[in-house]
Amino acid sequence: MHKLLLIVVGMALVTYIPRLIPLLMLGDKKMPWFLSNFLQFVPYAVLGALIFPGVLSSTGDAASAMTGATVAALLALVRLNIMLVVLGGILGSFFWGVVF
Amino acid sequence: MNNNKVNLTTASDKLSDYRQTLAQGVKASIPIAVGYIPIAITFGLVAKSSGIPDYIALLMSFIVFAGASQFVGVSLIALGTNPWEIVLTTFILNLRHFLMTASLAMRIDPSVSKAWRCLIAFGVTDETFSMASLQKDKLLSPFFIVALNMLAFLAWNTGTWAGIFLASGLPASLQASMGIALYAMFIGLLVPALKESRPVLLVVLMSIGINSALSWLPLSAGLSAGWRIILSTVLAALTAALIFPEGTGGLKDA
Repeated sequence: MHKLLLIVVGMALVTYIPRLIPLLMLGDKKMPWFLSNFLQFVPYAVLGALIFPGVLSSTGDAASAMTGATVAALLALVRLNIMLVVLGGILGSFFWGVVF
Repeated sequence: MNNNKVNLTTASDKLSDYRQTLAQGVKASIPIAVGYIPIAITFGLVAKSSGIPDYIALLMSFIVFAGASQFVGVSLIALGTNPWEIVLTTFILNLRHFLMTASLAMRIDPSVSKAWRCLIAFGVTDETFSMASLQKDKLLSPFFIVALNMLAFLAWNTGTWAGIFLASGLPASLQASMGIALYAMFIGLLVPALKESRPVLLVVLMSIGINSALSWLPLSAGLSAGWRIILSTVLAALTAALIFPEGTGGLKDA
């Protein structure tokens, strides 16, 4: 039991520290141009890498996941509210599972 | 007298400004909360079914607050993995937060105190970071970010409770489809930006391409998901920064 507690505390520390350091260190300094340019692209690059190929194994079936993802992408393309995008994604993947 | 009155007005104006900012943060957080609840329920279910004690799963959501790490953590604990390896894997999986908060740091006024920064840092996840950094404003209010983070945190913890105690609440078929929820949210955040900026479209295609190559090529089969995401992000963003010195092309002053 002790061991499990220590694991969770350790996980919490190594999660919090990378979140905290840049916010404390970089706050009052002007960032070099290239670094700031690089960091502008980071959120989009992270999103891309987070989505694919991870999405394929998100529902246990790549076809149902791709259906859900495609529905979500189409809804996002017509700029529907993000909650509807999420709902559409869930339903799309659910119905694929029901139908096939 | 007159002076007092003026001060009073500004003070109440400021208060309503704060309220408005808080409300904006909560509003921006709603889709994240909606996305988190089914995932957190799933986490609770998985933890319970892996034989993890309830308080360990709850504590994990309360002090770790990182979806991917928690799922990986639970599965490693269930497999009886060495504690240090679990902590190291978590660290690698979360190194990407370093890039995220470095990017977020540029969007926060330098006058924001250390205490606020400590609070902001705790709630930074893939989702809260994406939502915050895709806002149009150049500078983000700490009130906005903390409101955004805290509602997501609440949803995550509530969902974990619900998952543990509802145990087998959902039919198996719907449970599986819930796994798509977070991805659908990522897609919902990303797709509109792809339409607006060619550099953004290219950086996303590159990072997807690199991550796919790393995932599927036998040479890099040993890389963990955390390292793959870090590598893809750094390589794609570096390349984009070299090709497009003008940045994301005025999409947002991110």
